[in-house]
Amino acid sequence: MSSTYARSLPVARTHRNRRAQAISLLGPLTVAAGLIWAIVQPYRVTLLHPHHQGFWWLVVEPPLLVVLAGLVFALVVARPLLADLEELEA
Amino acid sequence: MQPHAEMVHWMFATGLLVLGLCLLAEAIVGQEVWRARRWRAYLWPGLAFTMGVLMWPVMTFFTNSAIHMYAHGSWAEVLMLAGGAELGLVHGRLKSRWWRLTMPLAFAVTGTAFIVHEQNAWFFQRSAFLHHLLGWTFLLAAVIPLGLVFRPRSAALQASFALVFVVVATMLYCDRDLAPVFGHLSPLAGVPHR
Repeated sequence: MSSTYARSLPVARTHRNRRAQAISLLGPLTVAAGLIWAIVQPYRVTLLHPHHQGFWWLVVEPPLLVVLAGLVFALVVARPLLADLEELEA
Repeated sequence: MQPHAEMVHWMFATGLLVLGLCLLAEAIVGQEVWRARRWRAYLWPGLAFTMGVLMWPVMTFFTNSAIHMYAHGSWAEVLMLAGGAELGLVHGRLKSRWWRLTMPLAFAVTGTAFIVHEQNAWFFQRSAFLHHLLGWTFLLAAVIPLGLVFRPRSAALQASFALVFVVVATMLYCDRDLAPVFGHLSPLAGVPHR
């Protein structure tokens, strides 16, 4: 009994670690995608040349929206989710 | 003072991206961990419902034609229905798993509306191409939420469902009001603006 338990424990821990890694990567990967987009197409970021731009062009900037989505997910969703994952599977 | 149509697409893309990330996180950790905090269980159904509500102002202020009004109106209805059904299921007010059929219905209606309300051919300009592509993506992807009705615990189906939203968000971010697609731009479309 004890040998089966001893063997399955590291497997379960590895599985949990992989899930935790995947969750903690989702937000930063999304932020990175937005930053890469901003570098590849800087003219999409109107904040870099804000003169004579209308309100909506300054507010809605697609690469920054992607960065924002990644940040919101990482801080609001992923962080408490990781804490719960650790707590429930401890 | 109204935003351009492409900007509305980008804002909805952001909502869909967050929705996709939440669904992907749920697929990774499993339902038990995801629902450990009550607010999280309501997060993506609430987001879907809110996006349905926000489709009404889109229908009101971006009515280029009757077909646009019907398309946006039907999206608003099916998004609210699917989001509301999922909220009811999460809360426990609704018990039957058949309520989950509202999601494939939403996909099918959305796909059909995308294809029907785009009056131009695929390579007329970029937004035309994306409308056709989005329409067919939704129609074909409707089998995924349909599969989830029968196999709700399938991690592969859950992950696929989440990735559909990420892909759709990417397509919406590619949208421009007037731009070429793969070098094609009909002279009837006008002059690309940026």
